[in-house]
Amino acid sequence: MEGTNNNMKRRIRILVAKPALDGHDRGVLVLAKAFRDAGMEVLYAGLLPTPESVARIAVDEDVDVVALSLHNSAHLSAFPAVKKWLKKLGADDIQIVGGGIIPPADRKKLEKLGITGNFGPGTPLDQVIEHVRKVAKKKWVKDQ
Amino acid sequence: MPATNRTKKAYKSDSQVLRDNPRTNSSGFELKDYYTPDDVKGSYKSKLGAPGEYPYTRGIHPDMYRGRLWTMRMFSGFGTPEDTNGRLKLLLSHGETGLSVAFDMPTLYGLDASSDRAHGEVGKCGVNVSSLKDMEVIFKDIPLNKVSTSMTINAPANVLTAMYAVVGEKGGTPKKNLAGTVQADILKEYIAQKEWMYPPEAHMRIIRDMMVYCTNNMPKWNYISISGYHIREAGASAVQELAFTLADGFEYVKLGIENGLDVDSFAPRLSFFFNSSTNFFEEIAKFRAARRIWAKEMKETYGAKSERSMKLRFHSQTSGYSLTWQQPLNNIVRTSVEAMAAILGGTQSLHTNSYDEAWALPSEQAVEVALRTQQVIAHETGIPDVVDPLGGSYYLESLTDKMEEEAYKYFKTINAMGGVVSAIKNGYLQKEIAATAYAHQRKVENGELKVVGVNAFSKENEQPINVLKIDFNAERIQKKRLREVKLKRNEGNVQRNLDRLRDVYSRDENSMESIIQAVKAYATLQEISDVGREVFGGWKEPTII
Repeated sequence: MEGTNNNMKRRIRILVAKPALDGHDRGVLVLAKAFRDAGMEVLYAGLLPTPESVARIAVDEDVDVVALSLHNSAHLSAFPAVKKWLKKLGADDIQIVGGGIIPPADRKKLEKLGITGNFGPGTPLDQVIEHVRKVAKKKWVKDQ
Repeated sequence: MPATNRTKKAYKSDSQVLRDNPRTNSSGFELKDYYTPDDVKGSYKSKLGAPGEYPYTRGIHPDMYRGRLWTMRMFSGFGTPEDTNGRLKLLLSHGETGLSVAFDMPTLYGLDASSDRAHGEVGKCGVNVSSLKDMEVIFKDIPLNKVSTSMTINAPANVLTAMYAVVGEKGGTPKKNLAGTVQADILKEYIAQKEWMYPPEAHMRIIRDMMVYCTNNMPKWNYISISGYHIREAGASAVQELAFTLADGFEYVKLGIENGLDVDSFAPRLSFFFNSSTNFFEEIAKFRAARRIWAKEMKETYGAKSERSMKLRFHSQTSGYSLTWQQPLNNIVRTSVEAMAAILGGTQSLHTNSYDEAWALPSEQAVEVALRTQQVIAHETGIPDVVDPLGGSYYLESLTDKMEEEAYKYFKTINAMGGVVSAIKNGYLQKEIAATAYAHQRKVENGELKVVGVNAFSKENEQPINVLKIDFNAERIQKKRLREVKLKRNEGNVQRNLDRLRDVYSRDENSMESIIQAVKAYATLQEISDVGREVFGGWKEPTII
């Protein structure tokens, strides 16, 4: 698999963010380190960014994937808001991956909007990393 | 019998792993095969003493739960002030006298329901308070002279304290008779939970204002609950939780003393809030070490004379982080073990988590099981019948000593940096926690640590459980109420009071009275918080990763 096409050699650029009033950052900090150890270029939006500022950082930094995490039940408003802003900024190709305390019914709603993953607590890091690689590749194909 | 063979094989490899790996706990202490009298140093009198006697290792009361059981204090609340008022009245009708109120995220960050940033979050993780009007509704028809109210609020704790004082006064209970607690532990916010409004120095000054004001005017108001819970949840080990929390506690003691308060006039009002996680003996040792360290430091370093200043009182809550999304009913077992650790560690009050909290806000059934867990331990197990029943165990005493010893190493490091605020500003404490969290996760990933249902004994298809479904009208209702408040109030009066607060904040005078006046004029939580934002600015944490 490795080195067989140009896409594989590209390093994934990923922005991790908590786009709401939520300071529970254990998960994002662990993920940020794991993405970095997996060879990705990782940006962290810091605490309390708005959905708009997350989208702007994503565009300015030309990332492939935005990984969003929330533990405060605001995922149904905040995740789609990031999506909306990316669209507004003409960067709808940037992939959004979600995670946190997300009830199963909400997971389906988010998937429908193109926000994928929506991983719950206890998901193995490798599974999340694999998913990010998959959606990043999807974006690269789209961009070509 | 292929299934049996597979099981057998799995067992074999498991026992192999167990033999090969050194046994450690969350704090990284290597554990021996067994412990003997040689592992316990010091005399009974100096290290332990009888329960209720200095250094209180065995408990702060001579009779502990034989005299009175711990308080089963279940923290709850969401939705509108009306919803919460209904809940509180229900609890009171069941004979409860200790109320515990949770606030939503906008309130915790000092934002009104009408703020853009509040959209989608009003009333979700607790009740929303945007102005005095909301507090009047929450406590309508509740006799504030007879209850004690615990409010889990930190950055804007001064404003909520002022609101409670005004509601009391309007209902005929003067502030000197109001009993309750606000969390108000801002240091652990910077370290772990990250809900702040201003830079650390500004928040410490506001806590100083509350300490001085309440010590003189609200003698039954516990204006600070020093919290390790969130530090642990953010990824700290047991010993890090112990060390960082006590370091925070000493920081507040110094603040009071430096501002002219007699240590014995305020220290008895400081209480603690710890996490109780799954490593049973490690947790019990942590609680016992906490009492011994606090007693010693209060007496020897901070000059406390009153025994009440030396006794560490604490609330505990079982670990939210230990709850798994997978096979959620297993969480009942985890919570039971954690609850037993807190009780054997001598807690004064306890909240037990519900088994479905990795899925959603807890359902009524799950909350009931959580409360029943405490009741079973209290009434069926015999655990409360004897004080500190594990005292004298070679292992536990040795572990308690080790906890103390390692905590002092952290105190030394933090002091060398110039104290907790410096160790926050240079990111040391946050980085320590993040590193422990990541190392823990790595151990779970590679199987070194087993989590039942997650990386061991897992099932292919998880069956969904019934979770609480909430209909959210809170945002609409709260915005409407706020509009009405703003229409009815005297704008000139609001502005005058906010201007006065701005002056007081700028001149470094005690701000509590000005905040009370602003609250009375129906200035909103955000308007009052914004004055602070103008004067003090905001806060961006140092880079952690």
